[in-house]
Amino acid sequence: MANISIIDKLKRSKILDLLQEGKRIDGRALDEPRPLVIDTGVIPHANGSARARLGDTEIVAGVKVQPDRPFPDMGDKGIFMCTAEILPLAHPSAETGPPQPDVIELARVVDRGIRESGMIDLSQFVLEKDKSVIGLFADSVVTDHDGNLFDTCSYAAVAAILTSKIPKWEMKDDAPVLVEDQESDTPITTIPISVTMGRIGEFIIVDPNLDEWECLDARITITTNSDGNIVALQKGGNDGFSLEQLVKCSELSISLGKKIRDVIKEATGASK
Amino acid sequence: MGGREANVVLLDENGIRSDGRKVNETRKVTIKAGVLKNANGSAYIEFGGNKILAGVFGPRDVHPKHMSNPDTGILRVRYHMEPFSVGERKKPAPSRREIEISKVIKEALEPAVMLENFPRTAVDVFLEVLQADGGTRCAALDAASVALADAGIPMRDIVCACAAGKAGDALILDVNNEEDQAGQADMPIGYMPNLGKITLLQLDGVLTPDEYKKCIELGLEGCKQVYEIQKNALREKYFSSSDNN
Repeated sequence: MANISIIDKLKRSKILDLLQEGKRIDGRALDEPRPLVIDTGVIPHANGSARARLGDTEIVAGVKVQPDRPFPDMGDKGIFMCTAEILPLAHPSAETGPPQPDVIELARVVDRGIRESGMIDLSQFVLEKDKSVIGLFADSVVTDHDGNLFDTCSYAAVAAILTSKIPKWEMKDDAPVLVEDQESDTPITTIPISVTMGRIGEFIIVDPNLDEWECLDARITITTNSDGNIVALQKGGNDGFSLEQLVKCSELSISLGKKIRDVIKEATGASK
Repeated sequence: MGGREANVVLLDENGIRSDGRKVNETRKVTIKAGVLKNANGSAYIEFGGNKILAGVFGPRDVHPKHMSNPDTGILRVRYHMEPFSVGERKKPAPSRREIEISKVIKEALEPAVMLENFPRTAVDVFLEVLQADGGTRCAALDAASVALADAGIPMRDIVCACAAGKAGDALILDVNNEEDQAGQADMPIGYMPNLGKITLLQLDGVLTPDEYKKCIELGLEGCKQVYEIQKNALREKYFSSSDNN
């Protein structure tokens, strides 16, 4: 464990002592995520938006939809992109300036979960093949950091996408022109849900809070789709997992993912 | 990565893949240890069409100084692709993808290296992808482990890596570039074979819970094959009869 302070060492031994008794530092069961609260439509200027609160971690996601040029090798598909940023007001250690590797990883893991699930049917975003497509950009900002940004950010972005409306454009003289007051629902195929688990010693805990996050040996984020299949994985942290632990984590992510998907469906009115 | 095309035949009716391999076969892997003069340890790997050079410096002074840790040495990893390593020229500056891969490779190696005996120092691992052909992060990790051992860094285990995945509805070992682009899933795995620990694990693509477990198990078989090649590379440098520096 690199860069671990004396306080973190004491915290870790306290957390481990509690885990031996089957308890967590905030009183949760080992496989119990913090309560998730989703508010939608929080940013009227965005095409879709959501605020996700997972315990005391809070993230606001906004979706912007606008015409764009397609990627050269994907002229028959629209563009989808996720970004994430930890705002300097979110935590004393958060800094301004170019993104640090952990923030880049956060954005890429959230993006991968949504992209690989095929959540959005991007083939419906083509205005003119190879020339003009619709781009959907889901940008998330962390406003309060109490651990597990991966899941909170993923839930916020997914909820924002589920509630987003796609404006209508028509091609005129090789350029997209907005057709006023005509919006459609975003074409959704599945709802990806990520579940992040940490390992401390031999214990696997779900949705670590910041105290736990700082002394994890290793963590894994598993994203599942509405069919209960696994669509993305990301292992992190300075140690590894055994195969048995990984199988256990996948089972947890499927069962918990189902419950969390219901919370998000309820908050967004999504049907899938 | 995204672009999945259905019109490529990745698996024919006899279960043979587009590059002639069976589903449970890796590409040809060759590793040579100690290929650089200035680095404290180095390795060169050819993993199919991947050509990757790994160089290790340290334990050495940490710059900038505030990064140093009084309790332990630190490991730093830079994974970098040359502009000419891929089809279309890649901009030389590190991309977000390269920064993320550097981080996951670092975290895959950290459990193996014993840097607690070298406080206030850094071990730097530089991974240069000269040619990319799918699975560069695994190949780079394989080369990094050999280069760290070649540098004489104390290690608990070697980290070996190989991807598994899914293409043409079958689980396949060692996903090549074409299968990564057009296939159904790509799961890179890093593994410490003697400690039984998985230290790198990622996935793009859809797998059922059963396929997930089988895919990891298949990947571990590949890791173990690479492990033998890694050991041979070190054996060749340190135990062969010919004269070596």
